[in-house]
Amino acid sequence: MSVVGVAGAGVMGIGVTQNLAQTGHRVVLVDTEQQVLDAALQKIEAQLRMSRMLGGPAVDTAAAMALISTGVDPKALAEVDFVIENIPERWDLKRALYLEMDRICDPATVFVVNTSAIPITEFAAVTGRPEQLVGVHFMNPVPMKTAVELIAGEHTSAETVRRTRELLNAMGKKAIDVKDVCGFISNRVLMLTVNEAAFLVHQGVATAEAVDEVFRSCFGHPMGPLETADLIGVDTILHSIDVLYQHYRDSKYRPCPLLRTMANAGRHGRKSGRGFYEYGPTA
Amino acid sequence: MSHNDPSAVVAAFLQQRFPHVEIAHDEDIFALGLVNSLFALELVMFVEKTFGFTVPSDEMRIDSFRSIDAISALVDRQSATV
Repeated sequence: MSVVGVAGAGVMGIGVTQNLAQTGHRVVLVDTEQQVLDAALQKIEAQLRMSRMLGGPAVDTAAAMALISTGVDPKALAEVDFVIENIPERWDLKRALYLEMDRICDPATVFVVNTSAIPITEFAAVTGRPEQLVGVHFMNPVPMKTAVELIAGEHTSAETVRRTRELLNAMGKKAIDVKDVCGFISNRVLMLTVNEAAFLVHQGVATAEAVDEVFRSCFGHPMGPLETADLIGVDTILHSIDVLYQHYRDSKYRPCPLLRTMANAGRHGRKSGRGFYEYGPTA
Repeated sequence: MSHNDPSAVVAAFLQQRFPHVEIAHDEDIFALGLVNSLFALELVMFVEKTFGFTVPSDEMRIDSFRSIDAISALVDRQSATV
């Protein structure tokens, strides 16, 4: 069974770590602050205990937790088979981390970019292992979702794709092949939908409740676009739309000003207790 | 707020979280559609932190968290075992 490094202990890193541990993989979870890692472990433990209640598999929590180790230094990733990188969607941060990981990690280590927007081939130029770099767009909450987008970059080898697909299958995921374009399939469509929904609220055309109700009641979606924005994080949404705009230079991707106001004001959604909706104090 | 009345504490938490919804103490919060996987996690963590116990695996089921009354009964059962 592969040993997997997970870089970034935010919402996605936590979900990926839990998913890996509950499917029997050893995981090394790395973030810059011990405090963040401690909180992540607490959340993973609670989510593992609740797995069955939420419709997931029954998990031996203690056994799964024992598979997870943490570190504040990327050197902890030196000997893993894969690194799944989940840090914020900012090119400057990601670039710096890939440069460092390329120096630290075993030459055979595969780098998995968990991105929702940035083309994979852009990362290839940063590392000395472009054939071992692949993109996977995990969905949130990771352990509950049964499919991902799998993106081979221009230089990604067939062997890297094969190994990654094998890892994803072992995590209980179906990998859907998607071409390496900015935003892939999911975010090209989803971000425009969220952005337009935000414009409706921004222009006073409809409330967030009304927008989401149309998607839930008329289309049968489990969640509306603005609830989804709160779940993903309004700051993350804004980053993704910004990235789409920068890449395509197409005005259809101009971010709604309301999203920027909310991101600047700390109204980031569920994780901050307030976004398009109020959530009260975070647990 | 006193923890002597767990149902009042839980009701206050739910009220703060869903200010526009009236929730009776025996009402099924899952049937009301208020609980998704994320809120279930928040709820479990809130109960554990507030009442100071770890929910054992045999209690980690929807029935234990289905209503304010059910959560209150869970807290009572756990307090009795301490």
